[in-house]
Amino acid sequence: MTAPYQSAVRELLFKMADDNLIMGHRNSEWVGLGPILEEDIALNSIAQDQTGYAWRLYQMLHQMQEADPDSLGFLRQPREYKCCHLVEYPIVDNGIGEYDFTLARHFFFDHAQLLRWDLLRTSSFEPLAQLAAKAMGEVRYHVFHANVWLKNLLEGNEESRQRMTEALMRTFPLALGIFEPGPHEAVLNNEKIFAGEDMLKSQWLDRVTAFLHSLDVELPDVTSVEPVYGGRYGYHSDHFDNLIAEMGEVLRAYPDAQAW
Amino acid sequence: MKVVSLDPRVARLEFREEHWHHQRPLRKGEQWPTYEVFQMKKRGTQAVHVGIVHAPSPEIALAFAKEQYTRRGTTVRLWVVPSDQIYSTAPEDEVIFATTPEKIHREPFAYKVKEKIERYKKIRKA
Repeated sequence: MTAPYQSAVRELLFKMADDNLIMGHRNSEWVGLGPILEEDIALNSIAQDQTGYAWRLYQMLHQMQEADPDSLGFLRQPREYKCCHLVEYPIVDNGIGEYDFTLARHFFFDHAQLLRWDLLRTSSFEPLAQLAAKAMGEVRYHVFHANVWLKNLLEGNEESRQRMTEALMRTFPLALGIFEPGPHEAVLNNEKIFAGEDMLKSQWLDRVTAFLHSLDVELPDVTSVEPVYGGRYGYHSDHFDNLIAEMGEVLRAYPDAQAW
Repeated sequence: MKVVSLDPRVARLEFREEHWHHQRPLRKGEQWPTYEVFQMKKRGTQAVHVGIVHAPSPEIALAFAKEQYTRRGTTVRLWVVPSDQIYSTAPEDEVIFATTPEKIHREPFAYKVKEKIERYKKIRKA
């Protein structure tokens, strides 16, 4: 592996791992609080899948001479994480939280995940291609779960349609932050590691736009929306420092604890 | 003594004590209907009833059933059927199914054993 190839893979692995770790953590905050038992179990099973991908991706980094998965997941400085802002927002936060936001985020995030894993199935970086093949089935269920909820709430009553639509509109600029181009896009593309964020974004826009259109919801023109960028370069939302501090609290207090 | 929860999720949501014993009649749509779940474990086999889920729609019932009933073992397909769409005999009619020991000739045990013996013979030969 050449040095530019290594750096590009590292950057890709870090942002994917961090996205999945933080998304899984936020979704897991619904444990025991979901709207109904069955949904509680379904969402948290999705959270468990996401935490699992994070672990596998940190493992790959560990094999590239990075620290062990526990340290990578819980003990880095906030600026060292490369997740997008979308995944950082708490489940309840004076209005931006609530289940409508959780579902809108789940919908945008997992559609992007499914397409990303699909593009990675042919990656020249073999471990990632292997994980992609395994993750596809699970993430397909995540997307199914998100789609049926959106369909039901958008076709439900006036209140459910209004709340779901508002949550989608509020979350859209955050979701566009998933596709913030990283510093190694050209290498990723040329070396056939990953087709790149622009390609992913255009596939994703087609998918989510078509699905929402079938339910009479029109997203704003993407060129008129300011995406929430910064995460891929270590600049995070106000919620992030506190979140990371809380997640690493036990491991810092008991360094010998088994964190996973 | 009042215990203050250290669980951040509980602290964030501000569960208040008066909520714990809060009761009122259910409103329409609050209690979702149930769906009967059928699981097919292998292609070409019968879908077998495995339980129920509460859900607001058939699609969500499928999403829930997947997590409730297919996390272990293999599954190739799931069905869900609204419980109220199932016609059933009444519990008090259970007696109509009673069989008597004299009618043992109706039971297919003999044939089953015969098949087993034939199979065993074949294996012994081979």
